[in-house]
Amino acid sequence: MAEATMPVRSRTSDPLPGFRLALFSTLLWIGLIVALPLAALVLRPWQEGLGAMTTALHDGRMFAALRVSFVTAFIAALINVPVGLLLTWTLVRVRLPGRRIVDALIDLPFAIPTAVTGITLATLYGPQGWLGKPLAHLGISIAYSTAGIVVALMFVGLPFIVRSVEPVLRGLPPEQEEAAGLLGASSWQTVWRVVLPSLLPATVSGFGLAFARGIGEYGSVIFIAGNQPFRTEIAPLLVVVRLQEFDYAGATSIAFILLVASMLCLAGVAMLRRRVARGLISGVN
Amino acid sequence: MPPDTLSALSRRALLVGGLACAGSATFLRGTSARAATTLLNVSYDPTRELYREINAAFSENEKNSSGSSVTVRTSNGGSGAQARSVMEGAPADIVSLGLARDIDMLAQKGLVAADWQGRLPHNSTPFTSTIVFLVRKGNPKAIHDWTDLVHGDVQVVTPNPKTSGGARWNYLAAWGWALHQTGGTDASARAYLQELFQHVPVLDAGARGATNSFVQRGLGDVLIAWENEALLATHELGPDRFDIIVPSLSVLAEPPVALVDHNASTHGTTAIAQDYLEFLYTPQAQDIAAKHYFRPTDSTVARSHAAEFPKVKTFDIASLGGWAAVQKRHFAAGGIFDQIYTQHG
Repeated sequence: MAEATMPVRSRTSDPLPGFRLALFSTLLWIGLIVALPLAALVLRPWQEGLGAMTTALHDGRMFAALRVSFVTAFIAALINVPVGLLLTWTLVRVRLPGRRIVDALIDLPFAIPTAVTGITLATLYGPQGWLGKPLAHLGISIAYSTAGIVVALMFVGLPFIVRSVEPVLRGLPPEQEEAAGLLGASSWQTVWRVVLPSLLPATVSGFGLAFARGIGEYGSVIFIAGNQPFRTEIAPLLVVVRLQEFDYAGATSIAFILLVASMLCLAGVAMLRRRVARGLISGVN
Repeated sequence: MPPDTLSALSRRALLVGGLACAGSATFLRGTSARAATTLLNVSYDPTRELYREINAAFSENEKNSSGSSVTVRTSNGGSGAQARSVMEGAPADIVSLGLARDIDMLAQKGLVAADWQGRLPHNSTPFTSTIVFLVRKGNPKAIHDWTDLVHGDVQVVTPNPKTSGGARWNYLAAWGWALHQTGGTDASARAYLQELFQHVPVLDAGARGATNSFVQRGLGDVLIAWENEALLATHELGPDRFDIIVPSLSVLAEPPVALVDHNASTHGTTAIAQDYLEFLYTPQAQDIAAKHYFRPTDSTVARSHAAEFPKVKTFDIASLGGWAAVQKRHFAAGGIFDQIYTQHG
């Protein structure tokens, strides 16, 4: 590309060329793609008066579905934290052969259609699947239970952790670890006291993103979940159920509650992240 | 980025965009000149292969009889989702859906005439099907009728009636059977269904998904399915793997068709769309339907295919009060299906 070879001028002395145009198109784009649908989503449940929302708020099945969604998303994100950290560490610090392939593989869950993921996982963990069959002999069933949902959400959530932590770890000078070693810290102490604290804020945001994605995930989950009301039914499926009933108000009510819940989660994570970061800085000073 | 790069980029973008527009414009003009008329048949999932063949036959007939060229395009998806997309503006001239209720919703919106079901023979259903059981070869769990589905550790695969039109037929077949038993009442039917769904480990979202769970993933002992799906599964995947079991009583599954009056008159396609709908009842189309495992309504064609379709005793939805009543009673929020799950949830 031509622009790659052009010398880049410093940003502070030179504002973005065509600033107005850039700002205008950014606002227009965000407005059309993000804000407008969100506004429609927020306004729709009230269109038929307060009734729809109050009915939705009394629906035990909806609360069961929300609980399934939140609990499984939380567990999956939690399991992904150590796994993701280990993976990122290996990716950044260990010169593995085929590292680039692993690197590309990590982004794959972003790219594959979620339904394909779901069908593949269901086949793999199903009663006749490569993993499902031996596991069934051990009396463990993953597919068609909440465990299946967690597996699917781990798959779609992992890249969020890795890609959040990776740049921070890459920016962390290895000298710090070497210095810790020279000062007599064991490798465990180095990891525990030097590396992990610096990665904590990034890990928290990765966790938050994976969690929020997990709450809203539909395609990869419905094929492996079992979809039993009150047990393995996720909230996004209930939205589809309401739509099938041509109950638009009910569907948007659930969607609205999901939206608010996810926003609260993200806000909570952002706050936690700030607090952790501030704690780190004050700890250093 | 320096300004000159930006303008160079935007110049290039304009050029590319302009070329693309010009290209698509010529493309559009080209196709519209060739295709005199295009019909869109918005249909439900398991009819993909069926309508591909029917559409081709219809186009050829039109060319031979009147010399006019007609292209019929088909869109496939879940019946309810398809109805919704037409409701929201998909330019369907014809709909062919899994349940009358989905077309009723379009009638409510004024897209289809209110009396649509009386405008074509057989309740506007050119071909029918029924609900049967697909079991593993040799029928290891000895499943012969609805009672056998709730025995011991039998696992039943059926999709979720909330998200799948096909699953509603399955559910109603079971309900109707239970009602028709000696001493059968609403309460006994409800008890039977509650027991039945305790034997269902997975509620797939769609009928094809349930077929896949049973056929590909080896889940469950019996699949409750449309007869055409069951026949397709056995013929495509090997008769050595599955047996079809016909229960003592089942439901007459009537997937109806209708003209989308509002759209067709906007497109100026009303006459040709009507021709298409009537073509579905001709022996030629009926024969194609039988080839795709749908039961022909034309008695002559049905007789010639009698060997492929086992005799089955059926009741219809009208005997349960019609779709509007059934929908409200069983599948609406808080209806009987929800109650089944609330109780043991």
